[in-house]
Amino acid sequence: MNSMQRCLAALAHQEPDRVPLFLLATLHGARELGMPIAEYFSAAEHVVEGQLRLFRKYRGDCLYAFFYAAIEAEAWGGSTHFRADGPPACGEPVIGSASLIDRLDPPAIDDAPGLLRVIETIRRLSDFAGDRVPVIGVAISPFSLPVMQMGFAAYLDLIHDDRARFEQLMRVNEEFTVSWANAQLAAGATAICYFDPLSAASVIPPALYRQTGRRVARRTLARITGPTATHLASGRALPIMGDLADTGTLAVGVSALEDLRVLKAAAGDRVALLGNLNGVEMRRWTPVRAEAEVRRAIAGAARGGGFILSDNHGEIPWQVADQVLMAIGDAVERWGRYPLDWIPSAARAG
Amino acid sequence: MSDLPQSFLAALEELDQLRADALFRLALADRAPIEAVEQLIVPALEAIGRGWDEGRTALSQVYVAGRFCERLVSGVFPAGIEAGGERPRTAIVVLNDYHFLGKRIVSAVLRASGIAVLDYGRMDVDELVSRVAADRLEVLLISVLMLPAALQVGALTAALRARDLPVRVAVGGAPFHFDAELWREVGAHAMGRTAGDAPGIVRALLEEGR
Repeated sequence: MNSMQRCLAALAHQEPDRVPLFLLATLHGARELGMPIAEYFSAAEHVVEGQLRLFRKYRGDCLYAFFYAAIEAEAWGGSTHFRADGPPACGEPVIGSASLIDRLDPPAIDDAPGLLRVIETIRRLSDFAGDRVPVIGVAISPFSLPVMQMGFAAYLDLIHDDRARFEQLMRVNEEFTVSWANAQLAAGATAICYFDPLSAASVIPPALYRQTGRRVARRTLARITGPTATHLASGRALPIMGDLADTGTLAVGVSALEDLRVLKAAAGDRVALLGNLNGVEMRRWTPVRAEAEVRRAIAGAARGGGFILSDNHGEIPWQVADQVLMAIGDAVERWGRYPLDWIPSAARAG
Repeated sequence: MSDLPQSFLAALEELDQLRADALFRLALADRAPIEAVEQLIVPALEAIGRGWDEGRTALSQVYVAGRFCERLVSGVFPAGIEAGGERPRTAIVVLNDYHFLGKRIVSAVLRASGIAVLDYGRMDVDELVSRVAADRLEVLLISVLMLPAALQVGALTAALRARDLPVRVAVGGAPFHFDAELWREVGAHAMGRTAGDAPGIVRALLEEGR
């Protein structure tokens, strides 16, 4: 099987030849090219070259066209703070007062230089990948985007205190997210990772999610013209697993704080799981520990398909050593071959 | 009346501010304001924080509860419980990071628990060391979201030791949640898993330092 066939089988809840591996490394591409992170993300050709090198080096099953979250905030007029040793951060909120929502319009993708760099990256990666390797695009959910647009506290205040303006903001954001996701698909992305950390049960209560983020996701995902996976960026998924499946997403990125066996039982064959290696701890792992963690994850969720091994956040920290990422790839080759007969029967039944 | 703290907690968890307000007023009918704060607000915020750590409550509930309790406390102590004219020796800061929600929640919980805290906003290591020295701080709380910022705490604690400043450092935020050993690695004296831990940590560190 090639990477595409492997992923399609897993997402269809069938057992492929081995467990697919999505090593979602972004910043490591800059290290490969020996350039500062800000310079790396300033040109599509850097990211294309970085992703291709990482793909060959770590033997993952996808090409990841994600630059950094704040690139979407830039499209709305926001700024980005680059640092030498971690992901770029979003600058000051562009919606400084809730009343600005009343006259907010979604930006055009073609007017956003950062988004156009991503589109160009996807085109080139897609040319390389053909139908052999999935190219993953990313869109921040309309529901989570306001954390960058307004700041976290102001946005929570809006959700709780001004539901009419919240709904207006969602209408505007949905137009943007749908355009952005579909532009990436048109450029050759195979699927869209719908980043929605605010919907996690560790961030808002499930009852509030059902009134807000779930509705937004159902409307938005229905208009995205390709497959989507929802990522909660380390947030807890278990209490809302059924709700997530109801949004039409194919897979859910799950947290290292949750038990994969329990998550798998909750997901059944309604939605695949993506996860849940602990990216923060990974910084201190040895190759031996990396292998043990890969075994744990595969034993927890890989039987029967419906599982892609990945980190739990959607981005590997800059501080994670090459030897650990190489060890993860080695461990998947060693322990990820189906039919996974090495897993004890009690774990399989679980 | 014995289940008043439980009822107050339930009202906060349900974000029913009208009911929480009524229950707090009821408590004030037969308690001194400081007793009402200690018997209702402090345990409720600790319980909500524990609930978040255990996956039973959400961050937004912690935030809204903290914001609401801060208002209740400022209603009965307009100038702050401990305001005796002395400048606080506890401060909170976001270190080399751009995410302020954690700091805001912890500040609200501390103030709602009767602990005055200086808000340093966002600082880098050099600026922070200077402020710690100038304010003769006893406890410094650091909120981070991103891993690089958490690792910067190591540079900060080294700089504080180099200047022989006796301040005790407590950290909190996602990286410490995902890596249980990280707070010791960066030289902190304590780690709060939730905002509800903050009042107890501040009191313990103040005690240790005296």
